[in-house]
Amino acid sequence: MTCIHLYNVAMKSLIKFLIIIIFATPMYSHADNIEEGKKLTFDRKKGNCLACHMIDDGELAGNNGPPLLAMKQRFPDREVLFQQIWDPTENNPYSFMPPFGKHGALTKNEINKIMDYLYTL
Amino acid sequence: MLRKLLVVLLLFPTMLSLASPEKDFEQFVDYFKERFPNTPYEDYKNGVYSIDKSAREQWEAMEEFPPYELNVDRGEELFNTPFKNGNTYGSCFENDGIGVRQNYPYFDEKKGKVVTLEGALNECRVENGEKPLSYFKGKELAHVSAYMAYTSRGNKFNVQIPNTKEALEAYENGKRLYFTKKGQLNFSCADCHVYQTGTKLRADIPSPAIGHPTHFPVYRSGMGRLVTLHERFSGCLNRIRAKGLPGGSDELNNLEFFTTFMSNGLEVNGPGSRK
Ligand code: HEC
Ligand code: HEC
Repeated sequence: MTCIHLYNVAMKSLIKFLIIIIFATPMYSHADNIEEGKKLTFDRKKGNCLACHMIDDGELAGNNGPPLLAMKQRFPDREVLFQQIWDPTENNPYSFMPPFGKHGALTKNEINKIMDYLYTL
Repeated sequence: MLRKLLVVLLLFPTMLSLASPEKDFEQFVDYFKERFPNTPYEDYKNGVYSIDKSAREQWEAMEEFPPYELNVDRGEELFNTPFKNGNTYGSCFENDGIGVRQNYPYFDEKKGKVVTLEGALNECRVENGEKPLSYFKGKELAHVSAYMAYTSRGNKFNVQIPNTKEALEAYENGKRLYFTKKGQLNFSCADCHVYQTGTKLRADIPSPAIGHPTHFPVYRSGMGRLVTLHERFSGCLNRIRAKGLPGGSDELNNLEFFTTFMSNGLEVNGPGSRK
């Protein structure tokens, strides 16, 4: 009896555990991406986007570029946002914004994390 | 609109047979006059402080006890220390090297190239059997240059560009370097020092292109030492993640030629102090 009971408890915990892993993992890693994305956005050696844009709670923001906010409304198409960060000169040949992706300053993966973060703004 | 026009006019001079160094200069002056109507032309010798009031007050307080005083003294000492053959730096210059800073850079028609003050100092050393010195790290060359600038304060730059193919090419090469986007970050010097001048990059405000060379070498408090103009050029090149260029290279000499021409009429006020 106690044996079966223990077995049941153990089994239930295991199932709960598995459910948590299965469902929480993608959520957990998405939150992770957002946090990493924020780091990449602020890091002077990476995006250093604060050099030119007001963003969130970033300190000492520059003012060459427009403030980055309401991103979901303004960039409903993720591809458009990606392109602006990959190579803004496509859109504006005189753009002051560096072509982060095209010139290898940021990888695709890094830009995606930055976008995950930007879409929370 | 004005910015685009300036890009077109300056970047494609050959398309407009009108373009000449004098026309470029006029355009620069007009552009900055419109951008910074409260800055008198003479004030561009003060770099970023000519357009940033709040930083200027701190800077003026600092200049009351100039951080470069000891460097000027040391420069004077080195300037007057004889080489092994008994000659001094002064022997290579007009007026024994006193009050001549504004005569550099100039286009030497015999050599077919631009000669800067630091270049002339190194040439002087070589002629007297000494090794040339580095432009970097704020060593002897920067000190002697600082002293020579100090003895020339108040004299005005008046760079001449001889009407020869070679001299005009040197000028055009300097100008092209200034206006060409480069490096991983894809900036031109003009992106920051013409088009975005006065805007904020984090906490930094890039200064106007007019008046860059007047106050060099500069004592940078952040580095605690002197920095020559060519080291500063290289610093900005590094910052845009472009390949650095050696001090005294033709490229940087031409860049100095272009930027000093764009400062004609301004006073020598080196050495300067910056953060
Ligand atoms: C050196 C300046 C500079 C840096 C650094 C910079 N930007 Fe920009 N950015 C601009 C400018 C200027 C614009 C205006 C449009 C143009 O010229 O391309 C802009 C536009 C944008 C836009 C479009 C905004 C809108 O409202 O249309 C986005 C999104 C953007 N930047 C994101 C970023 C991200 C993300 C980073 C960092 C990875 C970054 N920027 C770094 C200067 C910069
Ligand atoms: C991304 C922006 C940026 C670019 C591109 C850039 N600079 Fe700068 N530069 C600055 C900032 C910011 C400063 C420090 C503030 C100031 O102008 O004094 C500075 C300082 C300087 C100074 C010293 C000014 C002084 O009064 O002490 C010189 C000279 C200079 N830059 C030349 C250049 C040249 C030449 C290039 C191109 C090879 C260049 N810069 C490219 C941003 C830039």
